[in-house]
Amino acid sequence: MSVVGHQPPPFFKRGPAPLARLVFFVILSLALLVLDLKYRYLELVRQGVATVLYPLQRAAYTPVDLYEQLGGYLSSLSALQQENDLLKRTELESAQWLLRQQHLEQENRRLRELLDMKARQPVSSTLADILHAARDPFSRRVIVDKGNQHGIAAGQAVVDETGVLGQVTRVYPMQSEVTLITDKNQAVPVQIVRNGLRTVLFGASDGQLELRFLAANADVQPGDQLITSGLDGVYLPGLPVAKVLRVDRDAAYSFARIVCEPSAGVEKHGQVLILGLREALQQQVEETELRDKPVKGKRGRKKD
Amino acid sequence: MNIQPTHSSRRILLPVRQWFILFSLAVAFFLNLIPVGGAIGLPDWVALVLAFWGVREPLRTGMGSAFVVGLMMDVASGSVMGQHPLAYLMLSYAAGGLSRRILWFPLGQQALHILPLLLATQLVMVVTRLVGGADFPGWGYFLGSFTGALIWFPLTFVLLLPQYQPVEKDENRPI
Repeated sequence: MSVVGHQPPPFFKRGPAPLARLVFFVILSLALLVLDLKYRYLELVRQGVATVLYPLQRAAYTPVDLYEQLGGYLSSLSALQQENDLLKRTELESAQWLLRQQHLEQENRRLRELLDMKARQPVSSTLADILHAARDPFSRRVIVDKGNQHGIAAGQAVVDETGVLGQVTRVYPMQSEVTLITDKNQAVPVQIVRNGLRTVLFGASDGQLELRFLAANADVQPGDQLITSGLDGVYLPGLPVAKVLRVDRDAAYSFARIVCEPSAGVEKHGQVLILGLREALQQQVEETELRDKPVKGKRGRKKD
Repeated sequence: MNIQPTHSSRRILLPVRQWFILFSLAVAFFLNLIPVGGAIGLPDWVALVLAFWGVREPLRTGMGSAFVVGLMMDVASGSVMGQHPLAYLMLSYAAGGLSRRILWFPLGQQALHILPLLLATQLVMVVTRLVGGADFPGWGYFLGSFTGALIWFPLTFVLLLPQYQPVEKDENRPI
């Protein structure tokens, strides 16, 4: 017979009964859940624990690293040559754009000066490596190898060479967590290149995107390019985001079902660019503060 | 003290050491940390080891360790705080409660008992996250429990290894 079967004599202290302990800990974890989901109070605790766990996480990454190194070592010469050729070709193709861009930017600045418009702020950027996908299967996030120490802040946009990838949502000292645009809770304000129609793009399951709440007769066609509209103050305007795959117009619903495909290699691993926070956002804040100030002053005078 | 691999077998085991329980939990946590990308069907090692010690030593491993390891898992996997503790607590409680029953069965049937426990653990996590507004991860997510149940046999062998002692026959000794 097992020990658990016997009732212990009262002089052997065993602590509270299992059920009481269960209830205590369940209440504790439910409280944690509510605090984290509803109020986001636990970010500091998370930062602390993550800092302690960081060496262990790096160590856990070594088997994968070794495996990748082995794969790289064994990858054939011809594959590398092919990749090299492809890269050279794309570089040549993009060279003409780059060469003209400098000229265009200068022209743009001059025209903006002529029109007396606010100059566009240049945006800094940081190069980062995607380490791995986050283990949490309920969301689509990746971990990149730049964090607090490299000047990354939550809210920064992340792009790769073909388009928008996502947004930094949580920053640890040496790593940060990027929520991909294919996550269900991630939204990107976009614009259709062909006709300038502005809308919001949401993540859908299985790595695709969805344009929600567009009327069934909206002017959207399969193959349309979507770029960021920049209205959110997070993403720079004009970055490619997705391409419309198919449009299902069902008369039974008032909204069309529009499925899109991300243009960036969202579910692939590689190097990404973390763009700096846009200055426009801060200016807006300053403007609102300026607007609020006189009101406060008036109140003060009234009191006097 | 549980001194037999199952209650019906005649093998006598050495008593378990507390440090080995903690060490096995740490190794399981490390295994969980290894980034596997989108691979499905990998078991949750921490849940498996917690279930094992919950069944085997219900008085030595409790809900305190389940709670702490769960919190660490939450931070490491970037999920909502409290998701893993909640699921692991239920698992630990159920394993402790069923320990008297499960240990009478041979290992194959023990695994059949463990399977619903692991599935329930994953179900708790899914329900928690769905209530929090997350996306359903697909049915492949539950495959991890089945591999976990399959691993039960080698896991039992590995985790009981420090407790085995050589069989020495002595005619003059009753056991």
